[in-house]
Amino acid sequence: MASRSPAASWRGFVHRRRRGAELVLLLMSLVVGIGAYAAVGLGAKGTVPSDIYGYGAWLVVLVVACHVVIRIRAPYADPILLPVVSALNGLGLAMIHRIDLTDVPAPQASTQLVWTTVGVALFIAVMFFLPDHRRLQAFTYTCGLAAIVLLLLPLVPGIGRNINGARIWIGLGSMSFQPGEAAKVLLVVAFAGYLVVHRDALALAGRRLLFIDLPRGRDLGPILAMWLISLAVLVFENDLGSSLLFFGIFLVMLYISTERPGWLAVGAVMFGTGAYLSYLFIGHVTERVQIWLDPFKYDSGYQVVQGLYGMAWGGLVGRGLGQGDPQITPFAYSDFIASSIGEELGLTGLMAVILLYGLIVERGLRTSLICRDNFGKLMAAGFAVVFALQVFVVIGGVIKLIPLTGLTTPFLSYGGSSLVANWVIIALLLRISDHARRPPPELVSPEDDDTQVVSAPHALRLPLRGGAEGRTTT
Amino acid sequence: MNKPIRILAVGCMVLFVALLGRATYVQYFHAGELTSLSAHPNNVRVRDAQYSRERGAIVVQGPDKRRAIAVSRKSHDQYKYLREYPEGREFAHITGYFSRDYGLMGIESSQNDVLSGNDSSLFLNRVIDLVDHQNPKGGSVTLTLNAAAQKAAFDGLKKLNQHVQGAVVALEPSTGRVLAMVSTPSYDPNRLASHHFDKVGKIKQHLLERDPSPLDNIAIETLVPPGSTFKIITTAAALASGKFTPKSQVPGASSMKLPLSSHILHNENNIPCGSGTVTLTVALERSCNVAFGTVGEKLGADRLKSMAHKFGFGETYFHDLDDSLTRQAQSRFPDNADAPQTVLAAIGQGDVAATPLQMAMVAAGIANHGTVMKPYLVDETLSPDLDVLSKTKPEALDGQPAVSPEVAREVTRMMVAVVDNGTGTPAQIPGIAVAGKTGTAQSAASRPPYAWFVSFAPAQNPQVAVAVLIQDAGVARDAISGSGLAAPTAKAVMEAVLNR
Repeated sequence: MASRSPAASWRGFVHRRRRGAELVLLLMSLVVGIGAYAAVGLGAKGTVPSDIYGYGAWLVVLVVACHVVIRIRAPYADPILLPVVSALNGLGLAMIHRIDLTDVPAPQASTQLVWTTVGVALFIAVMFFLPDHRRLQAFTYTCGLAAIVLLLLPLVPGIGRNINGARIWIGLGSMSFQPGEAAKVLLVVAFAGYLVVHRDALALAGRRLLFIDLPRGRDLGPILAMWLISLAVLVFENDLGSSLLFFGIFLVMLYISTERPGWLAVGAVMFGTGAYLSYLFIGHVTERVQIWLDPFKYDSGYQVVQGLYGMAWGGLVGRGLGQGDPQITPFAYSDFIASSIGEELGLTGLMAVILLYGLIVERGLRTSLICRDNFGKLMAAGFAVVFALQVFVVIGGVIKLIPLTGLTTPFLSYGGSSLVANWVIIALLLRISDHARRPPPELVSPEDDDTQVVSAPHALRLPLRGGAEGRTTT
Repeated sequence: MNKPIRILAVGCMVLFVALLGRATYVQYFHAGELTSLSAHPNNVRVRDAQYSRERGAIVVQGPDKRRAIAVSRKSHDQYKYLREYPEGREFAHITGYFSRDYGLMGIESSQNDVLSGNDSSLFLNRVIDLVDHQNPKGGSVTLTLNAAAQKAAFDGLKKLNQHVQGAVVALEPSTGRVLAMVSTPSYDPNRLASHHFDKVGKIKQHLLERDPSPLDNIAIETLVPPGSTFKIITTAAALASGKFTPKSQVPGASSMKLPLSSHILHNENNIPCGSGTVTLTVALERSCNVAFGTVGEKLGADRLKSMAHKFGFGETYFHDLDDSLTRQAQSRFPDNADAPQTVLAAIGQGDVAATPLQMAMVAAGIANHGTVMKPYLVDETLSPDLDVLSKTKPEALDGQPAVSPEVAREVTRMMVAVVDNGTGTPAQIPGIAVAGKTGTAQSAASRPPYAWFVSFAPAQNPQVAVAVLIQDAGVARDAISGSGLAAPTAKAVMEAVLNR
């Protein structure tokens, strides 16, 4: 199955906890976040924001709380993820504050800080109440069902809300929430649980066509269902981005669990068909594609054009925080926050942000690689791919690499639902990585070690997974 | 399951590299175009930044020192600087305007890179300003215009009528420098560059709706029949062909039947030019249509057309005022003209059409011994420290000389006779030999004829060539003539250049 057995990675090598390194990185990330906040005030108003101490102290409290909780509950967790997230979140807060310093109506950075606090609270809750991610496997179908209900909620008359053309919101009183963000987390859990159980059937049966092992027709059921759900999200909720994201995650997790590139081929064909059909028949998709091809030609290309102007105006090193005009671009604090960063921090800043996301993805995939149980592996890879796809789709849309779709930029964009969901994802990733990096449990006596390694790696996993899905074939 | 994860990691890397690559393209390679106001006038970030920058001045040659016709003055609002045009209306079609919401026109547009300080030649200045924490300053542009000539041209047109529709172009024959270029009706660019943005919108709308729009530069954009002033080209073609000399006898009758047609061609006011035949010189002096129609018929359309093209018909040679609305119009001589069209073309009627700039170039070409120079308006561009960044070198049009120096000398002599004894007497300057030619061109029956005058002086050593076009001066139809309406302004412009 795998070219190198995961056993080899932990037999002779024990991961260090690296909590000290994490703390140093966290302090650096605070310098980024609080420094950016101060720079925004200096650039836009000529003075450091008056609430800098309270604001800074609060960020420090949040970050330190996370760090302490990790030290207690997940001492072996990946040391890079939290500092990266902290830096992105801090930068996002500073950028949102920057837009609300202008006279364009924009949400308050303080609201976003509240959401950050909620996110951190959930992060801590996950750390405390979920000592082992494998427990989630028991909730596979619950999660799946919950995800579908959440996805359908915005369509329910009365609580569903249509904001900016997409019906992806629910409103409860004055609060509004994007259930799709929570659904994203639940779907990854559900996919991982489902695929871990059904991978054999999906992987082994099938026929070979043109060098690709194509799956059996009857196994196409789940992917077909997922494709239809994605299309439904697109058609009924006008949410191109989420539709693409859900389908992409499912496809990738299916590929990882079955190791069959054939699924990717099938998925690509289905995606291509869906994309082409929606281009033909769904008005706003057609419009998005046209805007992508030539944004200067259409009035509706205004946002993309302003984003491009802003980034070009920023150039290599940017106008400086607080010294550009990012507010000209509509939604400069949410969907187009990448162009705001490009404008004020330049290509340098935007590249740094993209690389930070790259780090999250890389750490997520690394966690997946070294994870000893398949459920954790799938979940970690799924979350990493969520970030990769989401960042690619939203930033790619802003810089006109692909047609623009509405997705949030993780940790940067204004928006509570997304922020909270992403903090939960990070908590789960850290939980999985804590397990993966922890020294192996003393399941076998040292003298049996050699025989264990010679035998198939699954044998080792059997006790860990309670013998549920033992496989003899590779 | 690790193999797909590894493959996936590579896939993710590809996505991120694509993002990085595309970001580099947008913010580095494509940024220059996206931040160029001429390519993207709607880029409000660049516009506002340039709008609040100290823009370089546009300068012309005054009587004794250089004079700024566009300057940036400090203003105490968010934009820090206000663009002002001290003699707004007089230079409106030259300077153009620098408006926040309605873009850039004229020199403000065509020389925007230098004026705003964005030109690549100003890179070092920008770096130094950046290090010194100063706002970058723009460079200045020196024009070839002669302030006295410009004023004479503007006043000359205004004297006819406040609402006169016309244009004046004066050139330095030996170089092609534009000494004056005026178009009326004009407008006040200060009102478009103003910071009272709601008013600016209304004014711009009003200017666009008026017919003719004061924003049009008649001097380079308007094509009308050149009428009898085209006889200079017919004469040049006649002499160059070797079939005619200034003394050749041509018919002096008051009318002729157009070939292959029942139309009758008349002389102006249906007066015969002389008894029987007259010399070509006399025919030009009196601007006899029948005589030149006959000459044109004998020469043929090809000779006339190729001569017209040597003077610049059918070509675009002037780019200094290119902006989003303005382009130099190409003067035209009809293709495949038949015999009656050729007769009409020879007297500047029918399908022949020319801009005032083009007719000034005809005069300048004769004045410059037969060589037509490319007209230009931008003399030098200067850095904020007044170092010369570029200087325009005079260039001849393609295919020069248009006529030999001998032919040019003979045409000059005949044109001097026009001013001394013929229709051009109002352009006489005491003590100076002036060469000129009048024109009164018919267009549609519904509108008044166009009055033209083209001339240069001094005839022996020409310093200035002028073309004046009066499209509509609101005077009675029988009062419209090149000599009556256009010649006095031409004279005033020549005097201004010659310091008379």
